[in-house]
Amino acid sequence: MFLRRYLIPRIIQYILVIFFGITAVFIIPRLLPNDPVLRTIGELRARGATLEPGAMDKIIADLTQMYGLEGSWFDQYIAFWQRLARGDLGVSFFQFPTPVATLIATALPWTVGLLLTTTILSWVFGNILGAFAGYYSGSRWSQVLDGVAMVIRPMPYYIFAFALLLLFAYAVRWFPVSGGARLGMQPSWNWAFIQSVLWHSFLPALSIVILGMAVWFQTMKLVVQSVVGESYVQYARLSGVTERKIVTRYVFRNALLPQITGLALSLGLIFSGALITEIVFSYPGLGTLLYRAIINGDYNLIMGITIFSIFAITTTVLIVDLIYPLFDPRIRYS
Amino acid sequence: MKVFRDLLRDYRFFWGFWILAMMLVFAGLSLFSPYDPTLWGEVPRDMRPSPQYWLGTDSNGQDIFWMATFAVRNSLTIALIAGLVSRVIAVTVGMVAGYLGGKSDRVLMFVSDSLLVIPLFLMIVLLAMLIRGSMNVVSLGLLLAIFGWAWDARLIRSQILSLRERDFTKTAVLSGAGTVRLVMNEYMPYATPLIFSTLINNMAWAIGLEITLAILGLLDLSIPTLGTMLYWAISYQAVLLGRWWWVLTPITLSILLFIALYWLSVSISEYLDPRRRVQRVGAA
Repeated sequence: MFLRRYLIPRIIQYILVIFFGITAVFIIPRLLPNDPVLRTIGELRARGATLEPGAMDKIIADLTQMYGLEGSWFDQYIAFWQRLARGDLGVSFFQFPTPVATLIATALPWTVGLLLTTTILSWVFGNILGAFAGYYSGSRWSQVLDGVAMVIRPMPYYIFAFALLLLFAYAVRWFPVSGGARLGMQPSWNWAFIQSVLWHSFLPALSIVILGMAVWFQTMKLVVQSVVGESYVQYARLSGVTERKIVTRYVFRNALLPQITGLALSLGLIFSGALITEIVFSYPGLGTLLYRAIINGDYNLIMGITIFSIFAITTTVLIVDLIYPLFDPRIRYS
Repeated sequence: MKVFRDLLRDYRFFWGFWILAMMLVFAGLSLFSPYDPTLWGEVPRDMRPSPQYWLGTDSNGQDIFWMATFAVRNSLTIALIAGLVSRVIAVTVGMVAGYLGGKSDRVLMFVSDSLLVIPLFLMIVLLAMLIRGSMNVVSLGLLLAIFGWAWDARLIRSQILSLRERDFTKTAVLSGAGTVRLVMNEYMPYATPLIFSTLINNMAWAIGLEITLAILGLLDLSIPTLGTMLYWAISYQAVLLGRWWWVLTPITLSILLFIALYWLSVSISEYLDPRRRVQRVGAA
């Protein structure tokens, strides 16, 4: 029953979404009026390279092959999937001839590192605060926190990032406002580098953590408030279970279940959740890579990032969907 | 009117409503602007806020106060076009899927689920690159509308599903009401507040995406919007060069706008949930 009614349609959807998504990514840039091969040559010329007429034809042929622009659209489409199957996303037009996959692989650890850490941190802190604020919902500090969350919650993360940037660039100059590590440092696993990375990522991380906390805080507070009113909590209290035990065993534990689901869902965003924050702080992740690709008109790179994200996000969401029932026995796909 | 007075008792609705009203007045001021927003160099560059230039001037030689009035007007227009057009799609899809059920329900929900799973933002970026030159207020609004209906269609569908099971549906059908009349006369009054609150959320989403796309340089950058103001500030490195007033204005306006829309939507959806309404308004 589970297999037929849930699992198989879900996997079919997964495959179809990837298929249509990537097909759209293939088609859209081909509708563009300008030819990337001629553009690249134009750029080479603009940088002062002189080309002989004979070399010119060879370069055009090489580039056409390299960008996968040979033959009819159908031939290109087949070749496109064949290359994808080998994990080949083509080469960057702008940082020629670096493969797109290499560029993504360089930027990815920065993005995933930042978002994985901040997602977990904001989940932990937001839930702790929310749990206590929900349990003591009548108290003054709980209401103040609620008000703060109401103000922070609606801001998009990059708007909040800008606000922090202004604050820390002018009012309190404690942290560096741009970059991923000190200029000229090579990525490695020594303490100096790690320290520099943590130092530089403090502000982008802070902006994401505070916003994330506001979201978790609000939901956790609501859930705890409703659990406290449940009859089994009242029953436990009347039967003389200690307050401490009621809080930890009865209230928080039950309130945590939907939050774990929420955490799993938000992990789907770790690849694309903070692209603009990265741009605001010149943080060297996927967002900044995308920004540079757009500015330079590097379609191959944009396509590569999009294809990668389609795979990464749909796969994460699929995995989360499939392990739902393990987290929460109340959810059975029937 | 009574509903409105009840809602105004909630501080969030009260402030959300007035902030939004002030924003509309501010946007309306653009009609009296002494400067043409498409021209550069109308005023001296990089002036601090002063009695003459209230919010200072930017590196393009534009007055930030008057640019901001155009920016709010354009951003709100984009959001309104996106919100209204996607409401038409969301309501149609939600009602058809919810009322007809069966195969059409499954197909429509499959499409909307897929839209929810796919990284829409990057698809919009690719499409925006395609029509980069002609990304004006209307085309951006429509582009966002095409993608922004999926979640709301689901919400409307589930409300229709529950309405369909109620007795008055049978009464209406048995007394010979056609499908269109049933939906328009019987279901619409119930669904309207929900549609309105999804409209507000959708407008906030659209403003956010407008800003994002503009920061990436994917809008016609000669159109003043909250996003293009930030684009220019970033590309001239306003923060590093100490021109805080250039960034502060669009950021403050965006924050106010997002807070106002969010508070309105929270307040309305709490009002829609009668248990919470009794808590706040009192059993009346």
